Amino acid sequence: MRIFLNDDARDVEPGTLAAALESLGYGGRKIATAVNGRFVAAPARPATKLTDGDRIEVVAPMQGG
Amino acid sequence: MLFYGVDLSSRLMLGTARYPSPAVLTEAIKASGAGVVTVSLRRESGSERAGQSFWSLVRSLGVRVLPNTAGCHSVKEAVTTAHMARELFDTTWIKLEVIGDSDTLQPDVFGLVEAARILSDDGFDVLPYTTEDLVVAERLVEAGCRVLMPWGAPIGSARGLNNVYGLRSLRAHFPDIPLVVDAGLGVPSHAAAAMELGYDAVLLNTAVAEAGDPVGMARAFALAVEAGRAAFLARPMEPRDMAVPSTPVIGKAALGD
Repeated sequence: MRIFLNDDARDVEPGTLAAALESLGYGGRKIATAVNGRFVAAPARPATKLTDGDRIEVVAPMQGG
Repeated sequence: MLFYGVDLSSRLMLGTARYPSPAVLTEAIKASGAGVVTVSLRRESGSERAGQSFWSLVRSLGVRVLPNTAGCHSVKEAVTTAHMARELFDTTWIKLEVIGDSDTLQPDVFGLVEAARILSDDGFDVLPYTTEDLVVAERLVEAGCRVLMPWGAPIGSARGLNNVYGLRSLRAHFPDIPLVVDAGLGVPSHAAAAMELGYDAVLLNTAVAEAGDPVGMARAFALAVEAGRAAFLARPMEPRDMAVPSTPVIGKAALGD
């Protein structure tokens, strides 16, 4: 299944957002996520099923003004 | 000074971007005495660690974080970013930016009010980056904002207080709302001027981060904020058009022809 992670096309096994994040190297990381422009809270990731073509945003803390 | 029920000891709030190194950032924050620092959130890949190490650094400083929605140009973007920030930084505080113009980074005040209402209704403590417009400020308060942050000048411009009259009017109209001059300050005298107007605090970033000596400049801003606040409390005299001799004239020796 192909998804778009921060605009980059990535192939992942069909499943949940939580599983995809684990397989993409985000396990245990301090991140926040959105799917197709909608915020997905951390507790909801295991129940959030991904479908082909989904656009995933993953953000982390960053310097800001 | 209470911001959303939180007692802040320092009236200087500092941004964390554009410093030459994490070590300089750390020392600048310490030198500034800031109790609140602004942070943001950006994309990170699975192999990167920059965000994680930055977060460790900020946590080690023991300061309160104020996440922003910098770079958001729409209400939807800003609201979604605020939700991500609330979870990421575990705070209900959000520095709300909805940018309306890319050249000046002027706030889209219509989108700002809409986003402020949505987020306030959802339990956020919104600190809006706004202009000095009185009516917009009123709408923001109606939307639930209990702190207002008008710009001094465009972000990163170092121009100081572009509209002193407008900022003074805002202070007079909202005596009980904490007001912060946010953005556009370049040198410590700009911060002192804002504090002399009776503003509760200033928020700056680039003026410190891009100074030749950021740590020295952070210290200078801290002193200026303290001096400006003390001056405000000491009630400055009113300006006059004509000179008034400070030395008494009575009793002066008559030495003329």
